[in-house]
Amino acid sequence: MNIFSAVDIVKKYDKHTALDGVSINVRKNSIFGLLGPNGAGKTSLIRIINQITGPDSGELYFNGERLQQKHIEQIGYLPEERGLYKKMQVGEQALYLAQLKGLSRHDALKKLKYWFEKFEITTWWNKKIEELSKGMQQKVQFIVTVLHEPELLILDEPFSGFDPINANLIKNEILELKQKGISIIFSTHNMASVEELCDDIALINRSKKILDGSVHEIKKQYKSNTYKVEFTGNLIAFTNAIWTGCELIEKHTEGDHHVATVKLLYEATPNQLLQAIIPHVNVNGLHEIIPGMNDIFIAKVSDEKIVSGSNYTE
Amino acid sequence: MNKILLIIQREYLTRVKKKSFIVMTILGPLLMVGLIVAQVWISTMPEEKQNIVVVDESQLFVNKMENSESQQFTYSKNSLSTEQQKFYQSEYNMILYIPANIIDSQTIQMFYKKQPGVGMQAYISSSISKKLEEMKLLASGIQPDQLAAIKTKLNLTTTKIEKSGDLETKDSEVSMALGFIAGILIYIFIFLYGAQVMRGVIEEKTNRIIEVIISSVKPFQLMMGKIIGIALVGLTQFLLWVILTYAGSTVAGSYFASQRTEANLKEQTFKTNIPNQQLMNQAAVENNPDMFSAVFDQINFPVMIFSFLFYFLGGYLLYGALFAAVGAAVDSEADTQQFMLPITIPLIFSFTMAQSVMSNPESAVSFWLSIIPLTSPIIMMVRIPFGVPYTDLILSMTLLVAGFLGATYVSGKVYRTGILMYGKKTTYKELWKWLFYKS
Repeated sequence: MNIFSAVDIVKKYDKHTALDGVSINVRKNSIFGLLGPNGAGKTSLIRIINQITGPDSGELYFNGERLQQKHIEQIGYLPEERGLYKKMQVGEQALYLAQLKGLSRHDALKKLKYWFEKFEITTWWNKKIEELSKGMQQKVQFIVTVLHEPELLILDEPFSGFDPINANLIKNEILELKQKGISIIFSTHNMASVEELCDDIALINRSKKILDGSVHEIKKQYKSNTYKVEFTGNLIAFTNAIWTGCELIEKHTEGDHHVATVKLLYEATPNQLLQAIIPHVNVNGLHEIIPGMNDIFIAKVSDEKIVSGSNYTE
Repeated sequence: MNKILLIIQREYLTRVKKKSFIVMTILGPLLMVGLIVAQVWISTMPEEKQNIVVVDESQLFVNKMENSESQQFTYSKNSLSTEQQKFYQSEYNMILYIPANIIDSQTIQMFYKKQPGVGMQAYISSSISKKLEEMKLLASGIQPDQLAAIKTKLNLTTTKIEKSGDLETKDSEVSMALGFIAGILIYIFIFLYGAQVMRGVIEEKTNRIIEVIISSVKPFQLMMGKIIGIALVGLTQFLLWVILTYAGSTVAGSYFASQRTEANLKEQTFKTNIPNQQLMNQAAVENNPDMFSAVFDQINFPVMIFSFLFYFLGGYLLYGALFAAVGAAVDSEADTQQFMLPITIPLIFSFTMAQSVMSNPESAVSFWLSIIPLTSPIIMMVRIPFGVPYTDLILSMTLLVAGFLGATYVSGKVYRTGILMYGKKTTYKELWKWLFYKS
């Protein structure tokens, strides 16, 4: 079941096409990574989901219904460019923004109390935003984003501006929210956090979606049947043993302890590799090398560049 | 709708709570009362006395010039050159030279140490020419009692004949002043609070809070909430000013009145016979409330107050929407100049035209300026005291409402696109394109 779907979204500004037939599906109770280089069209898509702007064509669904104005109360949005009224007091401001999202003053107060206690910031209530440090402001902004308990949370670079301790705090909050059943669209350039948090991703480049699916599936799809073997013994014997079915990509030696990176050819299996080498060396470890999201991102985006580069020369 | 109220509430409360608002609210009436007090004070100060020595070769004017509090004439038998030579040793400020052939030459001369004021020059030339005329009349055989009978003081009253045949007499001076002041107030209000709308929009844009807010409400709601909220701030301040100025001037007025009666008493005990025209006039006005109410009765106050509020708000809303669009189109206040010009020109133009409309309230120019929405808020207020046909008033008000709706529609479109544009210098060409973007 999808909490949100976008089908074939096209958005044009003047001569520039920001989104060209992009479709995404966000499963309920999942974290969806929206990835792409700068200027790819992520912000345009996020603004369309928030109904800040409308698409030129394409369809949008929220919880199976057509996306409408009433749904904004079920969406929480943390923009990449953060900002609050500098001269306004923290509590007053949080109350105002919560009420704009449709909470009653009474409910907003109750929920704010909970979050302020949780983040241990109750003493900030009467301070002006400009008196707080940048990290403190970010905390307030995060609370304001999640306060109305939206079903869908859109977080654009949520960790920027946080120190490692607070970034971790926010990460745990995100995971906790997911456990509560909230779905999250998560836009970032930080691939480590994508691997840590995301269930599914979509990669957008030059206004088009070039990759999507579950993180697990994508990684599987991009793995190249490469293994790292740790062993002690004779390196030459090892090389001789594997040469028929494998390619030795890299090796690293320390005394008689060796680490070799091996790519299996002709659909060979790791079991066959072990059978080949066990008679000759002592195997200490074997594990598969899985490509990181970072590698996949770079590979996919630079592929595109090469393709479009060749298009350009034609 | 509920959300617009929230926005209005925030815009209102944050501004009213500001120190600058409180300071301005107190300072404004103080300045106004201070201005009035300073004027009264200056007018009660005795002018510097001018000692004028008269060298009258014709001998026609000896002992005939009237002395007053501000001028004292002394008659000299010396020749002009002797008086000129000892001028700087004397206590005289001026020499008035009347030649022997004054009747033919019709020329007199003044010599001075310090340039005499225009009023003084006019006074001397008019009193001498009047005396000359009298002398000529007497010389032609007219008897003094005939002369007295010929002298005429004319009273002019102006009366308008309505289409219905009714006659209406107006004392236009007080109402004229009221209309003019109302026009100026509207002008100041539009500038002060229109600029606040613009600054508010720029603040939200540079803060980047705009993206959070318009993910909760429609841009149009935010824009309207801001404009209305600030209008209420302006009305509040205006109301407070009226109350405080009234209170302040009542206090200052009673203080000055008590001082003045003391001064009057002193003057009487010293038996000074110099009449102080200004004091008498003021005392007359103060001691005679009937005269005031007679003047006020002639002004149609319900129409005046209703139109003031209407044009006050209508003009502000029209310009406020335009100011909001300018704020949305730029990144910082420094960039506003190029877009401000088309807004400020009609405002300043109507302000400068107010004077000429006052002297010619029923001309075609006055009519059109009071109909066109961009100039009507100021010009119509100036025209109203002179009596404006209801058809004109209704047409002007209807067009102002239409103008406001049109400006809001256009500004809404510019605003919607502009608030999400960062770091790009906007041109008029782009603004034009924004008008046609689909939402």
